Amino acid sequence: MATLIDLARTPVRELNQALHAPEAASWRVLNPRGAHAVACGVREDLAVDIEGHVGYYCAGMNQRATVTVHGNAGTGVAENMMSGTVRVRGNASQSAGATAHGGLLVVDGDASARCGISMKGVDIVVGGNVGHMSAFMGQAGRLVVCGDAGEALGDSLYEARIYVRGAVKSLGADCVEKEMRAEHFVELAELLKAAERDEDAADFRRYGSARTLYHFNVGNSAAY
Amino acid sequence: MCGIVGLHLRDPSLEPRLGDLLSAMLGQVVERGPDSAGVAVYGDPRLSPPGQAVVSLLGTSKTEVEAALPGVVAFDADATTVVHAGADQLAAALPEATVIGSGEGFAVLKGTGNPVELADAFGLAGVSGWQGVGHTRMATESAVTPEGAHPFSVGPGQCLVHNGSFANHATIRRELRAQGVEFDSENDSEVGARFVAHQLEQGADLEKALRLLCERFDGFYTLLVSTGDSFAVVRDAIACKPALVAETDAWVAMASEYRALDVLPGIENARIFEPEPEEVYIWRR
Repeated sequence: MATLIDLARTPVRELNQALHAPEAASWRVLNPRGAHAVACGVREDLAVDIEGHVGYYCAGMNQRATVTVHGNAGTGVAENMMSGTVRVRGNASQSAGATAHGGLLVVDGDASARCGISMKGVDIVVGGNVGHMSAFMGQAGRLVVCGDAGEALGDSLYEARIYVRGAVKSLGADCVEKEMRAEHFVELAELLKAAERDEDAADFRRYGSARTLYHFNVGNSAAY
Repeated sequence: MCGIVGLHLRDPSLEPRLGDLLSAMLGQVVERGPDSAGVAVYGDPRLSPPGQAVVSLLGTSKTEVEAALPGVVAFDADATTVVHAGADQLAAALPEATVIGSGEGFAVLKGTGNPVELADAFGLAGVSGWQGVGHTRMATESAVTPEGAHPFSVGPGQCLVHNGSFANHATIRRELRAQGVEFDSENDSEVGARFVAHQLEQGADLEKALRLLCERFDGFYTLLVSTGDSFAVVRDAIACKPALVAETDAWVAMASEYRALDVLPGIENARIFEPEPEEVYIWRR
């Protein structure tokens, strides 16, 4: 039986303090009503179910916890996550999973602009579409997009890998399509399974860095 | 930062609640812009009686207006004075006052200070009507004054509120001034409002005016633009400033954050989406 916290009566700060010194393993949060920083900085193996839409930075800096948003999430969901799982049942706004170092972020709906900006090891699986400049400056980790990707996908990408099932509006500077080799089908199938998705890895294309922008070169100035 | 809220009602039975809902929405975006606020209300019979010209003014008061124009109805709402008279008549009688809105069927109220206290001072909760926009400002490009607060209403019944900053506003202001356009403030957003009004005057429709704005303006912007029959949203190509639209059969609403939409009746069944960059969205009455 999950411990119930109703944000209509309890401030977000008290919820987060309770999650930082948890007396239960399973939590259910009611009436988030777009509040910011819900379930931020959790560092334990907790299950946190949030029943409704959240505002900015939900589950930011998450470690180990499994946070599920049964609604939409605002800007910066799972920002700087280290480990654990964050799942958004609805849509996520901009900068989902920004700078996250590890763990798994699943967005069942769409994620808007700059999904996975500066990702540093996180795995992100989006069931719908992602907006423009997704995986911008991605350094490590995997971004899986089951729908379409907006403009400038993977702009100035370092080593993050991108898999897209639908159409890509345009690729950003230094991002190129790459061959799907056997190990990529295996990796992608594992990611889809972890995200509880049933898409076929065979339907995806892979994108990555052409590695021409790693070091500043004046000859590349038109591409920056 | 800066917070935007707007509500366009489709169901007339909600009209008596417009001010109450707009006030609740505004209260949710106070942290985004705590230095000043303003609202524009379309269709409140007290602020703007049907068929009557209305002017919103700064830099004057009910007492001054009534002394200058005996018999004319005027009332104060914080820094703003709303007068039931034509703009030409007032410009002649009170040349020092700044017109912050004029037209039929709508009124603009603005001031400096905490937005919730301002909404109280405006009596916003008691207002009715079919459309309203509101803004809480965090000043970045110019001083905190009532003139610098949003909305900017520089054409009949038109309003613009802006979250972001325009990088080339000084250049465009110079160009517009060279074409005879006058400005009331140094605020960058006023340049956007003057640009839109100028395009409309020259025959563009609202959609075209906003497309031209996207072509000409450099910087960050989420804009909510309203007229006597329209409610429009547009964002810059980067779309770094937040915007959410929610739509039901009873209303269309736009806000910087979801929590401002959560106060609306029927939000649980609304279609909620983020406007795409450089796409012009317009809803008409």
